Amino acid sequence: MASLRDIKSRITSTKKSSQITKAMQMVSASKWNRAEGNAKRFVPYMDKIQEVVASIAAASTSVKHPMLVSRPVKKTGYLVITSDRGLAGAYNSSILRHVFQTIKNRHKSPDEYAIIAIGRVGRDFFVNRKINVELEVVGLPDQPSFTDINDLARSAVGLFQQGAYDELYMYYNHYVSAIQQDVTEKKLLPLTDIQPSGKMASYEFEPSSEEILEVLLPQYAESLIYGALLDGKASEHAARMTAMKNATDNAAELINNLSLQYNRARQAAITQEITEIVGGAAALE
Amino acid sequence: MKTVKVSVVTPDGPVYDSEVEMISTKAQSGELGILPGHIPMVAPLKIGAVRLKKGGQTEYLAVSGGFLEVRPDVVTILAQSAETTEDIDMARAQAAKARAEQRLQNKQDNIDAKRAELALQRAINRITVAERKF
Repeated sequence: MASLRDIKSRITSTKKSSQITKAMQMVSASKWNRAEGNAKRFVPYMDKIQEVVASIAAASTSVKHPMLVSRPVKKTGYLVITSDRGLAGAYNSSILRHVFQTIKNRHKSPDEYAIIAIGRVGRDFFVNRKINVELEVVGLPDQPSFTDINDLARSAVGLFQQGAYDELYMYYNHYVSAIQQDVTEKKLLPLTDIQPSGKMASYEFEPSSEEILEVLLPQYAESLIYGALLDGKASEHAARMTAMKNATDNAAELINNLSLQYNRARQAAITQEITEIVGGAAALE
Repeated sequence: MKTVKVSVVTPDGPVYDSEVEMISTKAQSGELGILPGHIPMVAPLKIGAVRLKKGGQTEYLAVSGGFLEVRPDVVTILAQSAETTEDIDMARAQAAKARAEQRLQNKQDNIDAKRAELALQRAINRITVAERKF
């Protein structure tokens, strides 16, 4: 059995860790609140741009914009959104495992794919495995604004237009609730899944629908990336909050067990001492 | 007087929401004025100011990377960034302007020059919109 002092020092160190995890849990909780708000504020913009894109695409079926057309796939781009820091439970590992498996199943040679990494954990993961990382963004703030991601989004869409890859998939954790985040795969480019909305206004296009698509479609794709990032950030903070809550709970349980052990050991020591004294006194008589 | 509802939305949230009498702005095909009851229309906007007339007063917004969607009863401006005169960070705009000018002076390749040009336009736009108030 461990000595009294050993148990005592384990209790103190566990208490200290639990203080840290508790603090991290509370920090994540407040960040998560704000991230959820950011994601919500983005919804009206996304809805609106989707509506306009859908009505233009439907109103002018003759228009063929390169971003709407599927072409033979020679190279695939994967945009992977992870966090910069760990300690977020399975947040990063589940997404990276999923992407890695997908790539292994789909491709035979490394020339067939390229990675766009958002987040340090994802970037390091692919660099360590000698996988070609085409673009990367690390060190994004916890509450990213559109300007933070604008450059990357524009280059990602630009690379598709230049033909660096023929399709682009996006991987991120979709935020469902504080305890559930789902790894999501979304085909970003070409934009094939534009649903025409029910109520259609027949728009006048100024100057022409082609030219509007020219500006609108890249902007739409960039917004999709930003939306995924916000979604991912909300998931990240939720995941970290849950992970830290579990850690704090585990620490409390551990402290309970250790205190029990400590008290038993203390009592055993006292009992032994009394027995010794009684034994000693009896021997003297 | 008849009014039309205007809402300006950006990826970072709604910026402006109100009833106005007239909207005038610069689209890529030229200056554009919108009154209530306009036919449905979509037009990309230039980096520039949006002027909203309301009860004899005019409000200004600095908009970049935007779109104008008009319906008879509601006008929506979708922009990558939009700020009202109060929200413009003057110091930041000045700094951005200086930085962009610096880049343009010692330009190395075309892509950078183009980006700097756009950044300069955005900064100048913000500054002019902010100063019109005073």
